[in-house]
Amino acid sequence: MIKLVNVCKSFGSQTVLNNLCLEIPKGEITAIIGPSGEGKSILLKQLIGLQRPESGQVIVDGLDITRLGRSGLNRVREKFGMLFQNAALFDSLTVFENVAFPLEEKTRLTREQIRVKVHEALRHVGLGGVDHKYPDELSGGMKKRVGLARALLLDPQIILFDEPTTGLDPIIRRAIHQLIAETHRLFGYTAVIVSHEIPQIFDISHRVAMLFQGEIIEEGPTEEFRNSRHPVVRQFIDGSLDGPIQFLK
Amino acid sequence: MQRLIGQLGELTLATLRDMGKMLTFLAYALYTVVRRPGRPVHILKQLHFIGAKSLFVICLTAAFTGMVLGLQGYYTLAKFGSEGMLGSAVALSLIRELGPVLTAFMVTGRAGSAITAEIGIMKITEQIDALKTMALEPFKYLVSPKIIAAVIAVPLLCGVFDVVGIFGGYVVGVKLLGVNPGTYFYEMEKSVVAKDVLSGFVKSVSFGLIISWVCCYKGYYAGHGAEGVSRATTAAVVMSSVLVLIWDYFLTSVLL
Repeated sequence: MIKLVNVCKSFGSQTVLNNLCLEIPKGEITAIIGPSGEGKSILLKQLIGLQRPESGQVIVDGLDITRLGRSGLNRVREKFGMLFQNAALFDSLTVFENVAFPLEEKTRLTREQIRVKVHEALRHVGLGGVDHKYPDELSGGMKKRVGLARALLLDPQIILFDEPTTGLDPIIRRAIHQLIAETHRLFGYTAVIVSHEIPQIFDISHRVAMLFQGEIIEEGPTEEFRNSRHPVVRQFIDGSLDGPIQFLK
Repeated sequence: MQRLIGQLGELTLATLRDMGKMLTFLAYALYTVVRRPGRPVHILKQLHFIGAKSLFVICLTAAFTGMVLGLQGYYTLAKFGSEGMLGSAVALSLIRELGPVLTAFMVTGRAGSAITAEIGIMKITEQIDALKTMALEPFKYLVSPKIIAAVIAVPLLCGVFDVVGIFGGYVVGVKLLGVNPGTYFYEMEKSVVAKDVLSGFVKSVSFGLIISWVCCYKGYYAGHGAEGVSRATTAAVVMSSVLVLIWDYFLTSVLL
């Protein structure tokens, strides 16, 4: 469903993605893992056209989105939902207004229909009674859940999660992972999760890919990946200081 | 020497690139204003923010500007025995020049800086990216309503500035310095013509466009973090004010 072919992206002299190739199958949860600062979020932004690669193709449902203009890209984005690292809620709008925003702007639903849909989405993510709160009055975990409710609202076929559990305590982390698994089961979307929550991310993902030095060095079904013998993958999964990943460069 | 010329060339190229980027931004913003102006509720919100909420500071500035003009004008005109012309001097200065320019400065300081900060913060916290991922056009929500509101609000505020300023001059000239009230308004009516009002109107409409354009642009391309937003805000206020003065000179030379 989504295919990256020889994608290159650099910032100045620093190459972030180097001839990267990856296939993300439809209807599955694919986790992209890798050390901090390796360009996982940048990879995610290529998938939805928030950044354009210098070369290579990003193919979504057979369409190379790197060649599309504004309106073509917007048509492809209709298929996506995205949960940002910091949730990216509109800070001048309440929780209700945040979740209702895409419905108000993109549908012709009545106020009552929007109210029902928003409450349903908030219920799916286990949030109630926070309609009138502003994002800065919410905890990190609540923000992520509101972000997820907003992303789910237009029934997207693909949802991108950019480090959905970073900065949360272990219980909330598990709750968010469970929420992703549950909503995936309910709605059947394709999910791409950027994360370094090892090993918890393995519990909910069908496939795992590891990004290192601008390339996908290992990719496959979760169980196979877990048992990988690749020294970089092993070091990352084991959290060892010794190995090819040099923490103090 | 060669290095100096090289640096000069780089600076020129960077400046030209920035100017091109700004003009492209303006062209796309105007296209959006025409094609996708945004929902009326968003425009009304901006009108309230840029227009209604600036009223107090506009009235205050206008009153004192008019009073200073009354004082200065009286003592200058008195040297030639023409105190009766005070109303005309105050009104013409305000309507043709000070009204549009000072209104533009006040709106830049009060609303323009806030526009830059708002869009800048939305950029650095990925809220603009969030709009894009929902297949929504950020210009339609963030830029277009602000440009429309500024182009409507600034001329209206300028009208208020002119009227309050004229009464400020009246208070000082007539009530404090003893100019005949009938003469104050009679001379004003005699000397102010439609062209003066029209030139003030044209100026304030274009100033509204300049302020909203520069402030939205600086916010949209704000740098990283809080420092990036603060720099963008300062740059927006400085650049808007300078562009208003430069554009004022060109318009005055054409409209005179």
